[in-house]
Amino acid sequence: MKVQVQVGGRGKGGGVVLVDSPERAAMEAARMLDSDFKGHEVRQVLVEELLPIAREFYTSMLLDRSEGDFLAMMTAEGGMDIEELARSRPEALRRVHVDAMLGLRAFHVRELVGTLPADAREGAADVLRRMYELVGERDATLVEVNPLVQLDDGSVVALDSKIAVDDNALFRHPDIEVFRDAFPIDPVQARANEQGLQYVKLDGSVGIIGNGAGLVMSTLDLVAQAGAKAANFLDVGGGASADQMATSLEVVLSDPAVEAVFINIFGGITRCDLVAEGVLGALERVEATVPLVVRLDGTNAEAGREILAAAAHPRIVPAATMLEAAERAAAIANGAAA
Amino acid sequence: MSILVGAETRLVAQGLTGKEGTFHTLRNRAYGTNVVAGVTPGKAGQDVEGIPVFDTVAEAVRETGANTSMVFVPPRFAGEAILEAADAGIDLVVCITEGIPVKDMAYVHSFLKGRDTTLIGPNCPGVISPGIANVGIIPPEVCLPGRVGFVSRSGTLVYQIVHELTQRGIGQSTCVGMGGDPVHGIGFIEALAMFEDDPETDLMIMTGEIGGDDEERAAAYIAGRVTKPVVAYIAGFEAPPGKRMGHAGAIVTGSQGTAAAKADALVAGGVRVARTPSQVADLVQTALV
Repeated sequence: MKVQVQVGGRGKGGGVVLVDSPERAAMEAARMLDSDFKGHEVRQVLVEELLPIAREFYTSMLLDRSEGDFLAMMTAEGGMDIEELARSRPEALRRVHVDAMLGLRAFHVRELVGTLPADAREGAADVLRRMYELVGERDATLVEVNPLVQLDDGSVVALDSKIAVDDNALFRHPDIEVFRDAFPIDPVQARANEQGLQYVKLDGSVGIIGNGAGLVMSTLDLVAQAGAKAANFLDVGGGASADQMATSLEVVLSDPAVEAVFINIFGGITRCDLVAEGVLGALERVEATVPLVVRLDGTNAEAGREILAAAAHPRIVPAATMLEAAERAAAIANGAAA
Repeated sequence: MSILVGAETRLVAQGLTGKEGTFHTLRNRAYGTNVVAGVTPGKAGQDVEGIPVFDTVAEAVRETGANTSMVFVPPRFAGEAILEAADAGIDLVVCITEGIPVKDMAYVHSFLKGRDTTLIGPNCPGVISPGIANVGIIPPEVCLPGRVGFVSRSGTLVYQIVHELTQRGIGQSTCVGMGGDPVHGIGFIEALAMFEDDPETDLMIMTGEIGGDDEERAAAYIAGRVTKPVVAYIAGFEAPPGKRMGHAGAIVTGSQGTAAAKADALVAGGVRVARTPSQVADLVQTALV
């Protein structure tokens, strides 16, 4: 029996138990569903038949981003750290690149099962073909079966697996999309997801709103260099309209750890005067509970800064450069006056 | 001179009649890019402010001699659109679309092997040769013609850094946004090789981010093959492992793909690595003296 939560280390943390009767199973299920596991609410428990294992193997298939294809791996040596095995004894690990257009062929499969005992190869080949179905037809980017086991009767069974599915392909698989709802997520994260914002909660005290993934990542780094930590990653997207800005502010400010917000916008096609109006428009709808350090650069940046200066909003702290803004926001989060 | 896009570019916009497609294609034309055609299945015979629309890329190539395509098609059809452009013999495909399933891109990757079509993107801002041609969504207002080549995974970081270069009077030969997806077209190495061969590029900038090993492989390439100075910036030192940071490809997996490892590899490859976007402009200025 195994708790179904999105966190690893379940075997060691008491999230997996063996039972020998329906009564014990009922008891353990009640116990698991009653308590959290590592802070995660448990809503589901997996119950599996206890199988007599003779041997343990390992297999996986994953997207190889550098090669633009799929990498399949298999070894007879189960229970090993696979990266360590690849380094220390590469001959024990069979690796095959599968071209997406060619698909998984019989010769790929023969190569992959080559280190397994002869009587396990056919069963393992069958598992490989089903794994490739997940990759080729269900948009999985990772299928890892660990352990793949051979039972006392010689049959081969995928005992446990980890599967990752491409978010971009979920439109093709509504039956997979529903699994999202099966796991409770952080309420702030849920709200950001609803609004289609790219939001990642972090553990610092400077709330971040920026446009463009690269610029936002860079903003987190600059805040850290200035001696504080970012509370989140939030990419507001290209437009940075009043609507998007208001929603972003709501999301960022709903994190109680936030002591200052750093709004970092580079106006490209979106002009900074419109972004400045967007920020002010957002502040009419959302109460700013902490200072907002605003840095605008790019197209019409001067006009944007003038609009902010003229509004003289008590919570807005204008900054000329990214570096200066990061330092201001970090200082405020660390207790300096705005 | 410039790389990839220039005076010889004859652009066909796939998805021209959509809102974004129309907006950016007309901006590209206003900048001076030679826009010769658009493709939207079912809309052949129409035009968008004088740009003729065709049903297929093959038709657009036959009728107008298009040699470069820009893809604005929605994500579920965009992989197919790239295949169509390559099949029609287009030399350069610039795919702006974000959100394409990675398996579709693995198909594209397979199809392009051994073909002459060059792909940029997807999920990228495009390519601009300032003063000559713009294919994509990079705001030309921040650019200045000059002799610095730029290749980047992020779009806004290009805008930010180019803007700072321009303010100091340092112009650019070509800026390439290679895109933030895990499986993509040309990367740092191919762009750096083109800049190395371009007699009118004196120095290259590359900006990377967490995820994958494009930067590490670029570092090894630079150490062995590049003679012109290279300045780099890497974003994402603060990104926690296992979290996707906006871009589909921006994720640290285990100990793989960290910003620190990338910066270290670049320094070891003889690259000047900036700690902030502004410092990029400082390092470029110093290197050009």
